[in-house]
Amino acid sequence: MAEAAILCRDLRKYFADVKAVDGLDLTVERGECFGLLGPNGAGKTTTIEVLEGLTAPDSGEVRVLGMTWKENERELRERMGVSLQETQLADKLTVYETVRLFRSFYRNGPDPDALLHELSLDEKRNARVGKLSGGQKQRLAVACALVGDPDILFLDEPTTGLDPQSRLQLWEVVAQFRQQKGGTVLLTTHYMEEAERLCDRVAIVDHGHLIALGTPAELIARLETRNIVEFTSEPPLPASACANLPGCHGVARHGEAWQLRVDSLADAVPRVIDIIEQNGAKLVTLSTHEATLEDLFVSLTGRELRDT
Amino acid sequence: MTPSKIGPPIIELARARTKEFLRETEAIFWVFGFPLLLALVLGFAFRDKAPDKVPVGVAAGPTAQQRLAALQKSDALQPRIVTDGDDALRHGRISLLVSGGPELVYAYDKTRPDALTARSAVDDALQRAAGRRDPLVPAQTFVREQGARYIDFLLPGLLGMNLMGTGMWGTGFVIVNARMKKLLKRFIATPMRKRDYVLSHFLSRVVFLVLEVGVLVAFGWLVFGVRVNGSVLTLALLCVVGGFAFSGLGLLTASRARTIEAASGLMNLIMMPMWLCSGVFFSYDRFPEAVKPLIKALPLTILNDALRGVMNDAMTLAQIAPKMLWLAVWGVATFLVGVKIFRWQ
Repeated sequence: MAEAAILCRDLRKYFADVKAVDGLDLTVERGECFGLLGPNGAGKTTTIEVLEGLTAPDSGEVRVLGMTWKENERELRERMGVSLQETQLADKLTVYETVRLFRSFYRNGPDPDALLHELSLDEKRNARVGKLSGGQKQRLAVACALVGDPDILFLDEPTTGLDPQSRLQLWEVVAQFRQQKGGTVLLTTHYMEEAERLCDRVAIVDHGHLIALGTPAELIARLETRNIVEFTSEPPLPASACANLPGCHGVARHGEAWQLRVDSLADAVPRVIDIIEQNGAKLVTLSTHEATLEDLFVSLTGRELRDT
Repeated sequence: MTPSKIGPPIIELARARTKEFLRETEAIFWVFGFPLLLALVLGFAFRDKAPDKVPVGVAAGPTAQQRLAALQKSDALQPRIVTDGDDALRHGRISLLVSGGPELVYAYDKTRPDALTARSAVDDALQRAAGRRDPLVPAQTFVREQGARYIDFLLPGLLGMNLMGTGMWGTGFVIVNARMKKLLKRFIATPMRKRDYVLSHFLSRVVFLVLEVGVLVAFGWLVFGVRVNGSVLTLALLCVVGGFAFSGLGLLTASRARTIEAASGLMNLIMMPMWLCSGVFFSYDRFPEAVKPLIKALPLTILNDALRGVMNDAMTLAQIAPKMLWLAVWGVATFLVGVKIFRWQ
């Protein structure tokens, strides 16, 4: 069997003021879609850029498709497609001209027009890049990643800042790449939902360390409880109000909002309402959901994903 | 539009670069509009005209009318009768004052060229009116050398300045911009060869060169009658080599800068001395001998001298070859160093 698509051992990259990657081990199998998840500043981008051969690590071993950046850079570049965070393509070129330019860099690859059709960009073929919407720009960035017919695709926060519909369209593109070509995908995101929908396996990183690794389902199962109750009240409850709630495994407060991890919604919800009444307060909002990777992240780090 | 066959990266990069440029309205103005405007304004400001008549005064008195009539016959003079002669002289309203009763008195500042002209013209006019007969009457030929006017001097200088400006901005600005937008980083994540990227800038410059040189030379010819006295082919080759030298300098300037501001400062620092010293608007012969070797080593000086050589003095390719060689050295050296220290991300 071929060597893993990505293999990295004890990867370290320190910048002057921060240990961006601090001893990371990862293995991504061929054909797998692997998600690197974590808040901003967790080291996701540094990690992916080291794997892409754009940043040299301080130490550690990196092998992509069984090759190393030192020995096989050109070959690797031919077989890899990337979409970087924050790259702005030339505003004054049209969509077609941009894809055509990128196509010229690769030995093999699809016809630019066929690719634009596949990414539903054919209507925008002759539009200037500067006039595209955020979602269209992102699809164009992915088109430029796919234009060399890659075996492995690196996507750094491909859907950050996109509306839900554009996000769905991009997920569709990634799914197609895997289906038609059996390609490997490594993506970073801070959207847990994206990781759950797209990824076979997920690594949660924080401060340059791996803090959890597994399939989304496995990771969620690590939470002792599967249900989350969130509520707010007027006036807000005192800090100790929900301390001794039976069947509750964790309490977190974010401002005035309470978040409880409970065994059973049927038991917990009436109790919460009782507590609010006992404190002479009124319930303002109440919601419940099944635990997600987001909740796992909170339980692992004590912090939220997005606003750290 | 039927898609044409996709060419090698260097061609596609140059093609994309050219299209981008042509869609940049402001850039079009700075490359084409600005030098034309400059040529137009300066060309008219320094256009050829007869020297102004020299104003002279005749002190009011009994002989004043007679002397005035005599002086009015001279086409070099603009005489008038004055009552405040000394004052007018001191303030420069007249260059010379004729006074005295029967005896003739000229008052003037002998360090002023216009006063000397006045002295000679006034004396001739008055002497002739008094009956002098010149023993020799010369025939006169008036000479107007094409190539000796200010606009003939200026236009090659503007051409050189334009080649410098567009070469440096056209290469440097685009590179720094691409670096800021992380486009350079995106490019090196592909199999694109780095030298293709850099060389494509040089290649696309050649396309613009044909346009900008063509427009300026045609303009000078049509509006001011400035002719290319040497070979047009030699001129074209010289412009390509000059453009290459400044693209190299632009690349070097932009090779490390992270922001447009940093690059702009550096560019101006490099270009300013050449604007002033390299003989764009006036000859560098006016600078002290001690700094001339330095000035002559600057690429814009070399280019301007060679341009004037071809356009004004009809020098041949062989005659300007040493200058072209030096320009090429500037280009190659800055290119090599620029690529060596280039910051891709």
